[in-house]
Amino acid sequence: MSAQRGDILLDIDDLSLEFRTFRGAVKALNGISIKVRAGEIVGVVGESGCGKSVTMMAAMRLLPKGSARITGGAVRLFGSDPMKLSERELQHVRGRQVSTIFQEPMNALNPTRRIGEQVIEVIRRHQRLSNAAARQKAIGLLRDMLISEPERIMQAYPFELSGGMRQRVLIAMAFSCEPKLIIADEPTTALDVTVQALILSLIRQKAVSTGTAVVFISHDMAVVSQLCDRLYVLYAGRVAESGTTASVLAAPAHPYTRALIRCLPGLAAPKQPLEQIPGTLPDMLNPPPGCLFRARCREADERCVEVPPLSAIDPSRRAACWRRIEETEAA
Amino acid sequence: MNSDQPLLALEDVEVRYRVTSGWFGGADVYAVNGVSLSVAEGETLGIVGESGCGKSTLGQAIVGLTPITAGSIRLKGADRAQSNTHIQIIFQDPQSSLDPRLPVWRLITEPLHIRGGYSRTQLIDRATELAVSVGLRPEQIDRYPHEFSGGQRQRIAIARALAVEPELLVLDEPTSALDVSVQAQIVNLLLTLQAQRKLSYALISHDVSLVRHVADRVAVMYLGQIVEAGLAQEVLDGPRHPYTRTLLEAVPSFERPLATIAPRAGELPSNRKLPTGCYFRDRCPSATAGCELPQILKAVEGARTVRCHVVTGALEAPR
Amino acid sequence: MTMEATGFARHPSAAREGLRRLWYRVKGSPLTLVGAGIALVVLLVIVAAPILAPYPPDRISLSARLAAPSLQHLFGTDEVGRDLFSRVLFGARASCGIAFAIVIISTVVGSIVGCLSGVVGGVVDTAIMRLMDVFLALPALILAMALAAALGPSLFNAMLAVAVVRVPAYVRLARGQTLALRNRTYVKASRSFGASPAYLLRWHILPNALSPIIVQATLDLGGTILTAAALSFIGLGAQPPTSEWGSMVSSGRNYFLDQWWYITFPGLAILVSAMGFNLLGDGLRDMLDPRLGGR
Repeated sequence: MSAQRGDILLDIDDLSLEFRTFRGAVKALNGISIKVRAGEIVGVVGESGCGKSVTMMAAMRLLPKGSARITGGAVRLFGSDPMKLSERELQHVRGRQVSTIFQEPMNALNPTRRIGEQVIEVIRRHQRLSNAAARQKAIGLLRDMLISEPERIMQAYPFELSGGMRQRVLIAMAFSCEPKLIIADEPTTALDVTVQALILSLIRQKAVSTGTAVVFISHDMAVVSQLCDRLYVLYAGRVAESGTTASVLAAPAHPYTRALIRCLPGLAAPKQPLEQIPGTLPDMLNPPPGCLFRARCREADERCVEVPPLSAIDPSRRAACWRRIEETEAA
Repeated sequence: MNSDQPLLALEDVEVRYRVTSGWFGGADVYAVNGVSLSVAEGETLGIVGESGCGKSTLGQAIVGLTPITAGSIRLKGADRAQSNTHIQIIFQDPQSSLDPRLPVWRLITEPLHIRGGYSRTQLIDRATELAVSVGLRPEQIDRYPHEFSGGQRQRIAIARALAVEPELLVLDEPTSALDVSVQAQIVNLLLTLQAQRKLSYALISHDVSLVRHVADRVAVMYLGQIVEAGLAQEVLDGPRHPYTRTLLEAVPSFERPLATIAPRAGELPSNRKLPTGCYFRDRCPSATAGCELPQILKAVEGARTVRCHVVTGALEAPR
Repeated sequence: MTMEATGFARHPSAAREGLRRLWYRVKGSPLTLVGAGIALVVLLVIVAAPILAPYPPDRISLSARLAAPSLQHLFGTDEVGRDLFSRVLFGARASCGIAFAIVIISTVVGSIVGCLSGVVGGVVDTAIMRLMDVFLALPALILAMALAAALGPSLFNAMLAVAVVRVPAYVRLARGQTLALRNRTYVKASRSFGASPAYLLRWHILPNALSPIIVQATLDLGGTILTAAALSFIGLGAQPPTSEWGSMVSSGRNYFLDQWWYITFPGLAILVSAMGFNLLGDGLRDMLDPRLGGR
């Protein structure tokens, strides 16, 4: 099983979190557990509002202090609790051990400075290198990203580059301090499919060759299935299902995962109605008791008024659904 | 009614505009470069391509939001400006396509309100009718856009487009801003409405599987040109043009492993300065001699047309 | 057909929703609350001055000239024995009332000109904006002084002068809003239904451009109170015997060393009310900042 490859880098255990708003507390996370081990590529999938970004931002302590409040559970990032670290220690962890890649590459680059200066600065912030050595390293990193003329790109300003090129620069920067973990939050959502395919294969190649673990956050099941060894399907701030990509895709256990895969137009006969998930997310101000997918679920019954625990249903997989748990117990 | 004329016919449509950049004048953007296409009554034409290929500009030109610089747009044989055939457009982002300060009934009946001559009660009655036809509840028409989810907002936008009984809807990425599970709801609604109202659709999308599911015919656009066109299933299941092939290989899929894309294939050329010869030449894996000449769209088999001399064998320069 | 029940389906209108959100944010910002409180008190005083004031503002009592603050005269009296407390209360009408009038005039004129400039565009737009640049190039108080001097010293002329000076800011703001809104998808959608520029202006642009303009107006009230008081102080605004804070400070100046209360209380009134509106405006601006999103 690929999940046993290494130490646990990130361990999110039963994390609950709420946002204070003028309408009341929005329960964004309701007991999420995610583990990431060294060297593996983990996908976190779900629709908007499922808590996929919030979970990772909370683990990195990047959420605004005033409005987000952790109400339960614990996070361990490289063995320490990020909530208890000092700002200095946190900076060290964020820079040297974890890097983040965001959706909008333009916002992550300083528009008034050349690409080269920014890459070199990031390298030198965390490594004792001369300017020339850092420059050589920057060129090497950009070349790894299949950028054909790295010297020319180093001289360019961010606005002179296409979105795909900017994202490649940012990935190079994320890998520059040789982190053990990279968190990529929808890094290809704003890009075209041909560019997306390129970026995905670059992330995969680089991660495998350096042994870096990647958490890939996405709304796109197909993207995650192509890239990741293991995945977590999130719904309403909980894990609905987790397991190896192959096993989840071959036979999705949770009704939500199944519906999510089936409602894609690629799998139905042309012009025929698509399978749809009726309704919308529950009201996260007052989430109903029990399974949060219950109101939209075809298989729901009276057991579902209690919260189903995330339970192993076969060696490679866990699901939070009473039906599957019963079937496993019966078998 | 003139039945042998297609509902919508575009002939050599070009859209160019100037963008000002900095202090020294500006640059010409070659958004659409000679597009000819048609949509028959009750038919769905898919227009596929990546950002910057001109598909959205084309859609805006069809509904008259962007002036065309050459060519013609005809509706049932009459010039677009003189025609009384109604076309409406559905935009990608239902969040920004609805004025936040107006109630739903007023949003839905905006086209009638602009036309004038309707009483408030008439508008409300019509809004209720339209709201129900897109799957909203009648009592929801007094609410404001912020109270609705993305999917519901797109339903409101669809109801608004239906207010003037259009014959053609231009759907500009109608589901791209929505969650996957909600996308299915909107796709199903669009299919139902088409069957009920004999609507024609021009579906503009980057989502190949959506187009394959909904469209009868498809036109693949690259840098403001159609590079391949034909029946949707035929083209998307057996692409002939190298660009269509690259595009389809890049689409993420459950069945295939990660595609290895040549890096140069990942960068779209600028539409500020058109390449000479075949527009796709620099990114094309099968570029050979002859690609430096302008390519023409030529029929290969059945309804399929391809703009590539390697596929069609056609090398004469266009007029 | 699927029915979707969200948690956000209870509030009747966008305006009510906006107010709720605003109140939630105001609660978290004590300075804004202070500003709002001061603004409320000022408004109350303007309306209820005759009821609140213990004496008529112009009643001369030569026996009680320059009396120190006491229970009879809370703020003391001036050189002809007029009750300063009553004069400060009535002064709110002239000083703040005039500020309201100025802001309303410049907001309305500025918004209309700005929106038109944005919608019409072209040469008209350029001409209007260059004219506004000329106004903006001159220091506001100097321009107001020049105008007030040219028109002759009176409260009305001072008001007109300050209003003219304030217009360009609103023109710029309204024009910027219009240009931004013109590219919104809902304006595009409306255009695709055949809406005329006038229709777009009436239904989509003006209503949506309003909230930043209102914030700017609130923020300007404080500054306007100061400018109006300054004009009166140098004798170009309110003329005696009208009770106006600026002119009271001006005449109290002569007694500053021995009768501190004469100049202090009108001065404090100017300070507190100008600060109050500034705090309120500042708070509102932060709260309506779109970058805060839905929080």
